Amino acid sequence: MKNNDRKINDRKMDEKKFRQIGRRELLKLTPVLALGAFAIPSLQEGLLKKGLGFSDWASARLFRSGHLATTFDNSELTPFAKFPLNTYDVNDPGVIFENWTLTVSGAVKKPGNYTLAQVQALPRFRQNTRHICVEGWDVIGRFGGARLSDFLQLVGADPTARFITVNCADDYYESLDMATALHPQTLLCYEMYEQPLTRQHGAPLRLQIPTKIGYKQAKYLTDLKVSHVLDRVGYWEDQGYSWFYGL
Amino acid sequence: MSGAVIEIIQPKGKNAEGEEEAPVVVARAVYEHPFVVRLCHWLNAVALFVMVGSGLQIFRAFPSFGAKIPQKDLLHWPKAFAIGGWLGGALQWHLTFMWIYIATGVFYLGYQLFSGNYRQVLFTHRDIPGVWPMVKHYFFFGPKPPVREAYNPLQKHAYTTAIGLGVLSVVTGLVVWKPVQFSWLGWMMGGFHYARIWHFAVMWAILFFVLGHLVMVILHGWNNFVSMLTGWKKDPEY
Repeated sequence: MKNNDRKINDRKMDEKKFRQIGRRELLKLTPVLALGAFAIPSLQEGLLKKGLGFSDWASARLFRSGHLATTFDNSELTPFAKFPLNTYDVNDPGVIFENWTLTVSGAVKKPGNYTLAQVQALPRFRQNTRHICVEGWDVIGRFGGARLSDFLQLVGADPTARFITVNCADDYYESLDMATALHPQTLLCYEMYEQPLTRQHGAPLRLQIPTKIGYKQAKYLTDLKVSHVLDRVGYWEDQGYSWFYGL
Repeated sequence: MSGAVIEIIQPKGKNAEGEEEAPVVVARAVYEHPFVVRLCHWLNAVALFVMVGSGLQIFRAFPSFGAKIPQKDLLHWPKAFAIGGWLGGALQWHLTFMWIYIATGVFYLGYQLFSGNYRQVLFTHRDIPGVWPMVKHYFFFGPKPPVREAYNPLQKHAYTTAIGLGVLSVVTGLVVWKPVQFSWLGWMMGGFHYARIWHFAVMWAILFFVLGHLVMVILHGWNNFVSMLTGWKKDPEY
């Protein structure tokens, strides 16, 4: 290319300078190496926790209180027999129904033990919604129960409180942000497919939250606490899963 | 902005009569890849690697697209070729690196659009006539078409498609991550089930591109590879 075109080739540079520029441009890419921090064992866990925390923060921003999860026709329901059971230790923690109450505590005007009849006295809602497991499968189920928001009103929950924490008969525990707890499709669920909840599916009372991933739908509820600070997050969250995991 | 051309010269000393000799042009070089493009390319390459590795680990938790009961596994992906070790770990990687993947993609697209540099890589109708001669050349039954710019029509097609696939990977991923909030996007994809299938299919399409890309980078040689590091391509073909 020695018979150069002067119009285009208006710059000349000696070899040394060219190599220098090349090195300088290469060095400008060093920020890419910062990603190597994720490969350092002592930093990895903290960085991934930050990343997951950021995703949770973004999830909370994306959540819209007025936006309903899609509901489906009865014809689209997954047959009850094909509705998978996921538990973390036992299928049936052996709740004695006659003695069962939901113990409500924390930032509420009327703490105490609530019976199933008191929950069932609240307006009942039935909804066909999609249940999505963190593993990736999903089913469409028919769920019935009282709105958690109605129950929170019944117990006189502090409207400025930020979290709901639940404990379960199988020692499972979970927590919810208040926005999701007040969502109209968030249920204290006591029936599936218009039948009383079976023991394996969480009788007598479970959470059913179509705007959350499966492991947030705690079964066999025994305690419900309304709080301003989160002292206990959730069983799977403590293993490393996302806390907010809104769908 | 790309396209600047320089001549690399070797200055000469004085000749026998003590006169300075004119410098000799030893090579030409063209500035092909602006800094933003190079930075985004490499950050995105790392992010893509992590997204695919952790995505496959996530897929291992339910390697199927049908019902849970009965479950028909489609693929037993080896754990050795996955990132995260278990579902929760893989989700941490996936939900962390997706932000790097998205940020570099958005930054890249914004830069290309506002700088006008997209013209270098965007496949348009003007590139169509050049496709067939290039295909003939690649498959060894045609002469090499003259090279006039950084990318030939097939390269532009490949890169434009890859960028489109990148956008699709994000859009389908958003539906898998937030099927309720992005229900309208999910509806466009045929529902949550299909979004998950699309997300998986787009990944394989991207991997197919990456394979072809790596083969072509090796075939094109060192100067071409260095251009994605320094921006400057020595001895360009045009």
